[in-house]
Amino acid sequence: MGTNGKKIVAVTGNEAVAEAMRQINPDVCAAYPITPATDIMQRFTSFVSNGKVKTEMVLVESEHSAMSACIGASAAGGRVATATSAQGLALMWEELYIASGNRLPIVMSLVNRALSAPINIHGDHSDGMGARDCGWIQLWSENAQEAYDNMIQAFRIAEHGDIRMPAMVCMDGFIISHSIERMEYLDDETVRNFAGEFKTVNPLLDVEHPVSYGPLILTDYYMEYRRAHAEVMSKVKKVVLDVAKDFEKISGREYGLFETYRLEDAEVGIVVLNSAAGTTKDAIDMFRDKGVKAGLLKPRLFRPFPYEEVGEALKHLKAVCVLDRADAFGASYGPLFMEIAASLYPYKERPVMFNKVYGLGGRDYLPDQAELVLTELAETLKTGKVKTVKEYIGVRE
Amino acid sequence: MATPLSLKELSKKEVLLTGGHRMCAGCGAPIVVKMVLLAAEQPVVAANATGCLEVSTCISEFTAWKIPWIHNAFENAAATASGVETMYRSLKKQGKIDKDIKFIAFGGDGGTYDIGFQSLSGAMERGHDLLYICYDNGAYMNTGIQRSSATPFGADTTTCPAGSAIPGKLQHRKDLTKIMAAHGIPYVAQASPSHWQDLMKKVKKALATPGPKFMNIIAPCNRGWRSRNDDAIQLSRLAVETCYWPLFEIENGVTTISVKPKEKKPLVEFLKPQGRFKHLFGPENEHLLNEAQAQVDAYWDRLLREEAFSASLGSKEAEEKIA
Repeated sequence: MGTNGKKIVAVTGNEAVAEAMRQINPDVCAAYPITPATDIMQRFTSFVSNGKVKTEMVLVESEHSAMSACIGASAAGGRVATATSAQGLALMWEELYIASGNRLPIVMSLVNRALSAPINIHGDHSDGMGARDCGWIQLWSENAQEAYDNMIQAFRIAEHGDIRMPAMVCMDGFIISHSIERMEYLDDETVRNFAGEFKTVNPLLDVEHPVSYGPLILTDYYMEYRRAHAEVMSKVKKVVLDVAKDFEKISGREYGLFETYRLEDAEVGIVVLNSAAGTTKDAIDMFRDKGVKAGLLKPRLFRPFPYEEVGEALKHLKAVCVLDRADAFGASYGPLFMEIAASLYPYKERPVMFNKVYGLGGRDYLPDQAELVLTELAETLKTGKVKTVKEYIGVRE
Repeated sequence: MATPLSLKELSKKEVLLTGGHRMCAGCGAPIVVKMVLLAAEQPVVAANATGCLEVSTCISEFTAWKIPWIHNAFENAAATASGVETMYRSLKKQGKIDKDIKFIAFGGDGGTYDIGFQSLSGAMERGHDLLYICYDNGAYMNTGIQRSSATPFGADTTTCPAGSAIPGKLQHRKDLTKIMAAHGIPYVAQASPSHWQDLMKKVKKALATPGPKFMNIIAPCNRGWRSRNDDAIQLSRLAVETCYWPLFEIENGVTTISVKPKEKKPLVEFLKPQGRFKHLFGPENEHLLNEAQAQVDAYWDRLLREEAFSASLGSKEAEEKIA
């Protein structure tokens, strides 16, 4: 045991997520294996086979059926979790909307991976970005520790009485899912108490009070249902912050809607998701030593996106570069860039912005790429002008 | 105490699919559902594939279902029911539920034979304790009478219209009932609402059998079949009497024909009242009628042989040999 009764371990991201799921001990998990998330369910099913959890597994024949079974199980009235990646998430797409439309608090680990074609099994954010408007809550994680912590918090957030919406916890495929890191586990009892008992609402299995799930809503009420969904999503931010506060009490680790690094007095900033944030922080330290006032903003809650808070945190900057690990076909800006641009739009005085697409299909994001971006930011600071709004970095010419 | 299968006793039971649903007048599907739910002794939770039955019975805020019911999407009633049934097992093991609940998934032929086939096959292979019921009206009816793999040979549909070059559907029906039996599940049956006692007996047997079960039930659709509004039962009876829709069950690999027509009627008696086969009765298409009859005959003969084979082994032996 390490300090404060916490266990220090060296594990992969997948192992950490599987451990969180073991500690949460869901009633039902459905899964269909897909790289790089496969390992989560392999580990978890061994917990099932060895009696370490009470969970009943549904080992389905496709990701579509995995989410379908999760929906059935969640509507039946219990705690449900699963994991997937890339094509798996794409095959679930129809079901993602049905899970959120029925307000079923399913928790899913999404190990981010590129989408076909060409087929590529390595990490980028195309999958999560493709699912960003499905009505799910999205939490993104820089490392195994954050993936573990987010996974535990996701159950509390998704199942919260004001919300009851499905949530996905993202981490980078291979870079985090398969790399071993030092991290801290909480003990089982602490996690169990934190998650609490699952509170069922209108369960299908209450045969004395029959309910109909998934009815047909025609033109008379469909918009009202959609509007109500938006209303529920507007409450997520507060719940995420409240749950984070409680989580800090048991872990000592602080979480918010996003993380900032040396941003308060910065003149230029980088916005980046997940694992690339670590490398970027190092490069920022280097540039700070050289006198460039640089900072970073790393979104954690990506859906619903906290536009106001992000805008407030970035508005004082002179220049911002948004790094996207997902491209948008059709020569559009990256998805993260567009969110940040929308966050800053309400301000009369706002930073100039540019967008870099990096690391697609698992291509390494190297310190010299971060340095390249910071150099360009420093130049932009001098000239006040953006050279090219969107560019790729780390592409062979 | 099980309710005896007499109209007098059954009439005392609550009908669990209410009147006032918005299925077409004379549709076979709600009749099938009412019979199925009347046959159940325990509380039932149902999953429903997207289709006529689903869209017409759950228009918010007026559900017609008096039982817990879930509609998810078109292709996944079986996977959804798998999830519901698995949660039931989980909560029962944990002592959070003490009731004995049965699970039924309903799908039309599109959601069962075609787009839902994978999810159905998966659920049966995994051995969930649930009964999947296909109400088979032989096309995607609520999308405008489009061909499905259950559409009979020669039928005129909006996606295989009978024209001067192509005389309707050129392929034979997929034999889903036998495909389901090939999964090695303990109970598979075909039924028809015209033979309601047979249908309800089969439902009772299926629900009393642990594990995955499949029933294929003919459900005439007067819109798609281009038939009269009041002939659903008459047409489903003709389907049985012509041996177009044989009534049989396969229990652990043992085949039994539950209703053998006293006199096997010619197939045209089933086809003639239906507008979707009208073009087959022109002289140029006589060969198609002959082919359709030949298929029905061959299927019926094979079924008789399968039954005889099962009987010759004695049911126990047959079970061992075939299972």
